[in-house]
Amino acid sequence: MAGMPILSLVTFLPLVGVLIILFINDDSDLARRNIRMVALLTTAFTFLISLLIWIGFDTADPGFQFVEKVDWLDSGISYHMGVDGISMLFVILTTFLMPLCILASWEAVQKRVKAYMIAFLILETLMVGVFCALDIVLFYVFFEGGLIPMFIIIGVWGGKRRVYASFKFFLYTLLGSVLMLIAIMAMYWDAGTTSIPGLLEHDFPVSMQTWLWVAFFASFAVKMPMWPVHTWLPDAHVEAPTAGSVILAGILLKLGGYGLIRFSLSMFPVASAELSGFVFTLSVIAIVYTSLVALMQEDIKKLIAYSSVAHMGYVTMGIFAANHQGLDGAIFQMLSHGLVSGALFLCVGVVYDRMHTREISAYGGLVNIMPRYAVAFMVFTMANVGLPGTSGFVGEFLTLMGIFQANTWFAVVATLGVILSAAYALWLYRRVIFGVLEKESLKAMLDLSGREKVILYPLIVLTIFFGVYPAPVFDVTTASVDALLSDYSAALEAARAVADVAMAAH
Amino acid sequence: MSAELLSESLTLALPEVILAVGAMILLMIGVFAPAGRANSTVTGLAVAILIGVLGWMLLMSGQGEAFNGAFVQDGFSAFMKTLTLIGSIVALAMSAGFARAEKFDRFEFPILIVLATLGMMLMISANSLLTLYMGLELQSLALYVVAAINRDSVRSTEAGLKYFVLGALSSGMMLYGISLVYGFTGHIGFDQIAAALTGAERSVGVLFGLVFLITGLAFKISAVPFHMWTPDVYEGAPTPVTAFFAAAPKMAAMAMFVRVVIDGFGPVTSEWQQIVVFIAIASMILGAFAAIGQRNIKRLMAYSSIGHMGYALVGLSAGTLVGVKGVIIYMTIYLAMTLGTFAFILAMRRKDEGNVENIEDLAGLSATNPVMATILTILMFSLAGIPPLAGFWAKWYVFLAAVEAGLYPLAIIGVLASVVGAFYYLRIIKIMWFDEPAGGFVPAAGELRLVMGVSGLFVLGYVLIGGPIAATAEAAARALF
Repeated sequence: MAGMPILSLVTFLPLVGVLIILFINDDSDLARRNIRMVALLTTAFTFLISLLIWIGFDTADPGFQFVEKVDWLDSGISYHMGVDGISMLFVILTTFLMPLCILASWEAVQKRVKAYMIAFLILETLMVGVFCALDIVLFYVFFEGGLIPMFIIIGVWGGKRRVYASFKFFLYTLLGSVLMLIAIMAMYWDAGTTSIPGLLEHDFPVSMQTWLWVAFFASFAVKMPMWPVHTWLPDAHVEAPTAGSVILAGILLKLGGYGLIRFSLSMFPVASAELSGFVFTLSVIAIVYTSLVALMQEDIKKLIAYSSVAHMGYVTMGIFAANHQGLDGAIFQMLSHGLVSGALFLCVGVVYDRMHTREISAYGGLVNIMPRYAVAFMVFTMANVGLPGTSGFVGEFLTLMGIFQANTWFAVVATLGVILSAAYALWLYRRVIFGVLEKESLKAMLDLSGREKVILYPLIVLTIFFGVYPAPVFDVTTASVDALLSDYSAALEAARAVADVAMAAH
Repeated sequence: MSAELLSESLTLALPEVILAVGAMILLMIGVFAPAGRANSTVTGLAVAILIGVLGWMLLMSGQGEAFNGAFVQDGFSAFMKTLTLIGSIVALAMSAGFARAEKFDRFEFPILIVLATLGMMLMISANSLLTLYMGLELQSLALYVVAAINRDSVRSTEAGLKYFVLGALSSGMMLYGISLVYGFTGHIGFDQIAAALTGAERSVGVLFGLVFLITGLAFKISAVPFHMWTPDVYEGAPTPVTAFFAAAPKMAAMAMFVRVVIDGFGPVTSEWQQIVVFIAIASMILGAFAAIGQRNIKRLMAYSSIGHMGYALVGLSAGTLVGVKGVIIYMTIYLAMTLGTFAFILAMRRKDEGNVENIEDLAGLSATNPVMATILTILMFSLAGIPPLAGFWAKWYVFLAAVEAGLYPLAIIGVLASVVGAFYYLRIIKIMWFDEPAGGFVPAAGELRLVMGVSGLFVLGYVLIGGPIAATAEAAARALF
């Protein structure tokens, strides 16, 4: 497969679908069907091709693979793509979730189908691009560009307060990102390159690292999102259409975590070590506080949104624990959360499509009429809680182990989150699924349709598979994580040595 | 001056000569043309002359100094003149349909545009303070008349009068500054001024002169605190005139600004840098906040242009090659975005109401005119500076220069202002996409569709063509260093 630009292919293939859809120029039912089919086939095909990346991936190589590099703009900005063990699986996650999103919108979206599918396909290109980009400017372009389709998706196909939610989403994320932009420019002038491998080798001065770290953190913390800048997330989630929520929770949130690993931890190791206590504090607050908030939600989507914030707290802790368990756990937790939270939002979508409400109190006793749905929802709820045997457990356990080594006290408090998450998730499950089926309006509800089974069953399989046998993921990540950690400790050693010399000189 | 030198000088300034002679001939044609067809005939001929001059300049024009160093033709001037001419040509072409529809039949309009363009080209090529002033006045006097061309409209005459009074004031200040600079350095040529300032003790008089000079320059690019005329003129003038105001004069005035401070006052960069930093910050902030409350789209674009001039000045305030290159790229991209947006505004016509100008009139446009709505959406995201659109790259280059020069507070304030500014661009998008339709527009005229399409493609495709543009801009900027 040498010579085939597979990453570019996967990245830009969805745009081919956009071109085809642009040529479908009428608004009949048949045309809409065709548009949906084109979008589905494009995303499915993209997923299949992206599997070639996994197949061809050399797990022993810690560096970047499938590298493509072409001169692009001046001042050394190049079109530079590649994946390593940290980013590769996110590409697969993105391409995997995309066809499911298209399927989930099959009937739910009836107005402006054309624009909707175009927005999703563009979004896929931009998200895959973020994980593949090996030039920091290219990364920023993909990272920020994703705001445009997401803004339109929330604003046009969202719920009642969609305008508010879309503006909040856009401006919050933009505000975080522009500071990162300035930091990127400062890095360019210091290192003389915008290539990520080049920047990874460059040692930034310690005084500068702190500022750069803060600027990057501003962007990624909003994206993750971390407490206290998480408030855009519940609004965006609640108002976004189902597929939009899946993408938000499944992939867009992961951009933050990926960025923290790729840039903050790898490029500014000294600052990361110094400020890790700060991150731990925020993460622990996020875990406990947002779990408590989740307990009190009356809207199913909002509850899941808050639980996402709590789960991302584990990710940030794991990353800045900066040891093997923490980092592996964080990556695994992100992938698993991508599947599980995506699936949970899809589950909400299933009942929302039937009842058009997300109020928890509107439901109850669904197990009597929708047994299959009850099983699916249960698997994902358990995975969200972190039950052993589901993928949620592996990530949570490893991150807690990582943080335990770094700082026991934070680990103790963070463990509270496990209990709390069990409380809100199980309580939600009981209120929606169990109980007596009293409400007249619910009695006519049908169990999962064929389309919904196609969406949910693969997710169930994967959730349990990776819970029992997580090795395929760790095989991919280990080499890159090892390399990252050895660079990290070498940089810390060097900084310490410099500090010692400075002390001795005085 | 010997005959040989004179002919050399005239050859170098041939584009300007053609414009000057052409304007006079057009005046004759306009006077003797049959009534009713004068405007369209003269407009067509004026566009032809401008295109001819542009072609001549791109293909044949030499480089060097003329008229004893008072006039200079170099890579920088060629680039900026190209932008200016494109602005004039497109604005004129877009006025044709408007003139037909609104019975706006004044053949003086294209002639004044040609004369203003001549003034702008002189401003860009000016290599001494006197040439600069002459070019500036020729341009300004033409513009005063153009702003008030719709003389039966109160708004238009008010706009023209306001512009005239404030413009005359700023010209006066500028002239005062020129006299101070001349008095304290003994020179009016930029090179000689720079030479006189190098190493010598900086007298307070020169700095006073510099401040007055910058005041006049800032007025012409409508930077804060000399921006007051902009919203009124933008709103009051007929839309094709506004489109012209937003495009060509901005290019020329910014080019003149750059050349004066870099070529003439390069040795005292630290002195003018603080002034430019201040007006850049003030313009960015005012542009961002004042536009939020606007309901008229022309007025909104006025505040938007104030903000954008602030961003362009961020590049200039670095005072480096990278900075000037940033300014050039910024102006190039701004020109494309502005022309596209004004083509859109000109196309905002309803069947029964004629041209409309309120933002609310765009409601639900994505359902009624999806193509137009998509183009304006792209332009608005680009004006907001969202990648991968062109507007992002414009900001990228200017902020890159500011960061290189260590102007971190400026850069940070600038990007934060851009977030505030994003709000009102988003509002336009929101009205088009999220609101219920309020009735569509009649199909746009061919030339407007062409301009919208080209500018939309440029903005969208900048990622593909940005490399060569940046390289050309860098070569142009190098002419000043």
